[in-house]
Amino acid sequence: MLKLDNVHAYYGSIHALKGVCLTVEQGEIVTLIGANGAGKSTTLMTVSSVVPVRRGSITFEGRDITKVSTNRVVEMGVVQVPEGRMIFPGLTVAENLRMGGYLRRDKDGLRRDEDKVFDLFPVLAERRRQPGGTLSGGEQQMLAIGRALMARPRLLLLDEPSLGLAPIVVENIFEVVQEINAAGTTVMLVEQNAQMALSIAHRGYVLATGEVIMQGTAKELLDDPKVRKAYLGED
Amino acid sequence: MFEQQLVNGLTLGVIYALIAVGYTMVYGVIELINFAHGEVYMLGAFFCVTFITALGMPFYVAIVAAMLCCALLGILLDVVAYRPLRNAPRLAALITAIGMSIFLQNLAMIIWGSRAKPFAQEAVPAYLAETALEWSGVHLTWLQIFILGVALVMMLGLYLIINKTRIGTAMRALAQNKTAAALMGINVNFVISFTFALGSAMGAVAGVLVAVYYNTLYPTMGYVAGVKAFASAVLGGIGSVPGAMVGGVVLGVAEALGAGYVSSLYRDGVAYAVLIAVIIFRPSGILGRAVVDKA
Repeated sequence: MLKLDNVHAYYGSIHALKGVCLTVEQGEIVTLIGANGAGKSTTLMTVSSVVPVRRGSITFEGRDITKVSTNRVVEMGVVQVPEGRMIFPGLTVAENLRMGGYLRRDKDGLRRDEDKVFDLFPVLAERRRQPGGTLSGGEQQMLAIGRALMARPRLLLLDEPSLGLAPIVVENIFEVVQEINAAGTTVMLVEQNAQMALSIAHRGYVLATGEVIMQGTAKELLDDPKVRKAYLGED
Repeated sequence: MFEQQLVNGLTLGVIYALIAVGYTMVYGVIELINFAHGEVYMLGAFFCVTFITALGMPFYVAIVAAMLCCALLGILLDVVAYRPLRNAPRLAALITAIGMSIFLQNLAMIIWGSRAKPFAQEAVPAYLAETALEWSGVHLTWLQIFILGVALVMMLGLYLIINKTRIGTAMRALAQNKTAAALMGINVNFVISFTFALGSAMGAVAGVLVAVYYNTLYPTMGYVAGVKAFASAVLGGIGSVPGAMVGGVVLGVAEALGAGYVSSLYRDGVAYAVLIAVIIFRPSGILGRAVVDKA
C-alpha cells in the first residue's frame, strides 16, 4: 500500500533520513520504533509531504506521491495525527472535527462520522462546544485522532500518541487504534513506547540515526535480544 | 461640541477599522505586516473614480467593482511578492512589503498624476451630502450614516465569513497551526490568498468612503491611513479581528476628540501616541491575548 524507497530528507543541513526503505501493506499496523532523533517523525512528515524528499521515492497504492502537495496526499487518504497532537486550541472541539473533514463535501457522511468519533471518545461529545485548548492532554490526543478519522483515512499515520499521557489513557488510546485498524484502516504507528507499540503491531521497523537497522514481525522484534536491550529497557 | 466630535470620530473610526482588519487578518495567518495594504486602500479609491469617470459606472456599482479589483490585487500581491518568501526570514518579507508599498504608490502617480483630485461628485447621490439628523447642534449627514452603515454591514459579513463558513474556519485553523492545517488537507496557499483578497476588498471600501467623505484622493493617501489603521490593529491586539474593529473605533474617536479639544494639528500625533503607549503598556492590545492551551 505504502512504499518508501531509499528516502533521504534534510532538516536544514542535518541529514535526517539516510535512505529509509519500508513498506506498509493494506490492513496492517506497522510500527516505527527507535530512539529520540532517529528520524521516525521525519519519516511520517515526508510521507505527508511536509518535509520534502531530497532523494528516493514514496509510492502510495502504486502512485508516486514523492512530490505531491500535502493537501493532495490527504485527499488520497493518507492522514496524519502529528506529534504533540497539534489540535487547534482556539477552535471548538466540533470545529476541530470539521477541519478534519475539510476536504469532504458529503454532509450526511460527515455527521455520521462525527457521531462515530463521539461513540469512540464519549468525552469529546460532552466538550463539543469547548475550545480545544481547554482539553486535557489525553482528551486532546483523542480529539487529534478523531479529527484525523473525519477525513476517512485509508492509511492513518500516528506520531507518538502516548506522549505525555497517563498509562491508563495510553491503554485506552491503543485499544482505540486497534479498533480503528480492525474496522479496516491501515495504521503506521511511530512510538517511543516500543513495548506498547509492538504489542498491537503486526510488523515493525527499528530506526537509528536516519536508517532502518532492523525489521520483522512484532513478535520477532519483541523476542530479539538487541531490541529488548536497546528499546525495551532490559539489561 | 463633544457629541459632534464623537460622531465625526466614529465615522473616521469605522473607516480605520475597515482598513485595520486587513492588517490583522494577514498578520494572523502569515505573521506579516503588509505595509502595502495602505496602497490597496488608496487604489480602491482610484479604481472607483476611474470606473465612474472612464466607464460611466454608477456609484454603487463602481464601489463593488473597486472591491473586486482590489481583492484581485491583494491576491496578486501575495502570489508575486510574498509567496516566494514564505520560508525566508521574516525581515525579507517585511522589506518586500515596504517595497511593494513604494512601488504601488509610484505606479499610481504615473497613472493618475501626483496631485490630489476631487472625487467624482456628480456620480455621488446628492442626498448623501444632506443633513439627515440634527439635534442640539449635532449634525449627522446621510454620508456619515452611509459610512457607518456600510462599515457595519461589512464587519458583520466578515464576522460571519470568519466564524461560520468552512473557509473562515480554515483561516482560523491556519492562524493557530500552519502545519496542522496543511495536514487537514487545507490548501494553505489558497487560504492565505483568500485572506489577502478579503482584507483588500475591505480596504478598498474604506478608500472609497474616505475619498467621498473628504472629496479628495491622492496617491500618497494610503500612507497616513495605513499607519493609523496599523495603530488600530496594534491597539486592538494584532491578529485579532474584533480587536482591529474596536481599535479602529477607539482611535478614530480619540483622534477626533484630540483634534477638537487640543488642536487639529495633533490629529495625526494622537495615532502615534496611541501606538507608542500600547507598545509600552499593553503590547498584546485590548483584545489580543495568548490562546489558551492547557495540555
